[in-house]
Amino acid sequence: MRGVSLWRRLTNQGATAFAIAAAILVLVPLLAIFVYLVIKGIGSVNIAFLTQTPKPPGEVGGGMANAIVGTALILGVASVIGVPLGIGAGIYLAEYGRNRFGDAIRFTADVLNGVPSIVIGVAVYSLIVVRQKHFSAFSGGIALGIMMIPTVARATEEMLLMVPNVIREAAYGLGIPKWRTTLSVSLRTASAGVITGCMLAFARVAGETAPLLFTAFGNQFWNLKLNQPTAALSLQVYTYALSPYDDWHKQAWAGSLILIILIVGAVAAVRIATSRGRLKGA
Amino acid sequence: MGVGIEVRGLNAWYGKNQSLNSIDMTVPANHVTAVIGPSGCGKSTFVRCLNRMHETIPEARAAGSVKVGDMDIYGSGTDPVEVRRRIGMVFQKPNPFPSMSIYDNVAAGLKLNGFRNRKQTDELVERSLKLSALWDEVKENLHKKSGASLSGGQQQRLCIARALAVEPEVLLMDEPASALDPISTSKIEELIFQLKQHYTVVIVTHNMQQAARVAELTGFFLMGSLIEYDKTEKIFTTPADKRTEDYITGRFG
Repeated sequence: MRGVSLWRRLTNQGATAFAIAAAILVLVPLLAIFVYLVIKGIGSVNIAFLTQTPKPPGEVGGGMANAIVGTALILGVASVIGVPLGIGAGIYLAEYGRNRFGDAIRFTADVLNGVPSIVIGVAVYSLIVVRQKHFSAFSGGIALGIMMIPTVARATEEMLLMVPNVIREAAYGLGIPKWRTTLSVSLRTASAGVITGCMLAFARVAGETAPLLFTAFGNQFWNLKLNQPTAALSLQVYTYALSPYDDWHKQAWAGSLILIILIVGAVAAVRIATSRGRLKGA
Repeated sequence: MGVGIEVRGLNAWYGKNQSLNSIDMTVPANHVTAVIGPSGCGKSTFVRCLNRMHETIPEARAAGSVKVGDMDIYGSGTDPVEVRRRIGMVFQKPNPFPSMSIYDNVAAGLKLNGFRNRKQTDELVERSLKLSALWDEVKENLHKKSGASLSGGQQQRLCIARALAVEPEVLLMDEPASALDPISTSKIEELIFQLKQHYTVVIVTHNMQQAARVAELTGFFLMGSLIEYDKTEKIFTTPADKRTEDYITGRFG
């Protein structure tokens, strides 16, 4: 008996140690990237960087203010397209899609999830940019929005399927119609998970560069119009990092840092906003 | 005020399996009627047919005639959603809406059906919680606490209040106390006794003592058929059918 309990204790401690080590290992690259970004980028983040547009090539100074605003604009368009369509599709899949049509959509969503982002960029280029005959923030937002849909849809579906059926029955039993039950009871019960899914999709597309190369295109100047070529942080970082100028290299680091901070900030803001007013014991 | 229920030739199926065979039963208004029988005998299916909840399960269907007051439940023009609004249901496991406050749980049937009058909603919530004997325990935390934060017995009384708030004519209870401790059970039983002044109550139960305590009439189901239906006293003292006697004396089930 003693031997058994010693063996159990050892395996227990071994497994715990392994789990802790794995957790640390996961955190290491994340922290390393962030620390490295701060070290390399913080020196170039200043008022000018945050408020000015880029200087002509070769000149020192200037900033990425237009790209920060452009990224926000493009991500806004992407979320307006990706979140409602994704949630709608997820609701269909979970509540009505237990059939072959649902299976087809599920399969399509998974394939779309695996399509390289540059391919989506090319598709949007030929469907929208070519027709409109110019690059635009709008087309960039559409490309990123399309990329958000499958993630949001599958997350919504999974979360709705986790809502116990007895909750739906309770609503039906009160004479609440099915559509109302889905929106006000099931979706509400699943809301925390659905929001997490939306944030994951948002964070994933926020740093995308490839789909923006020939949709939003980039812009050295201020632009707030949706139908004009627009700067984005990821594009600006890409261009600056490939340039021969030392000052632009530094600004590329700063741009990466700002991009990460914006993404983390947006995710945190949504989390705080949605957890407010949460009930005790919910 | 409650209304009576007339069941004639009610059949129900899950896919190809028939689970109810031609049930005839008359439930009087403002009485408590118990439905007893061994597991799988169709007693839950029976009450779920009374408010058309049965058909919400994929591949399940029912046919026959059920009249509740003047409403023909399986009539061709009858909307199942409207049926469920008038015939409330309490389920075996307490199922409060976890994301809603206590108040919102009770008001859910009103609010989500488009009822907008704030003051009347407040009154109905208070009245329902008082009827279900939960008011004193939760009145301080109506908006602060989630329905899921209550104890099991409180949750079940919350579910009863939620069903009462839409002012149904009939209340169906599917083993409402089977997941609860004895104290909570006796509270629910007292409550059922009170409720019959205002409602017609049909209660499914596993527990024969419970049927004897709360119900004036009892129906015994076996393998999808109603074997015997009579005054509770008669069922438990001098049953007419041998199978009823075998069941209540514990020879099977």
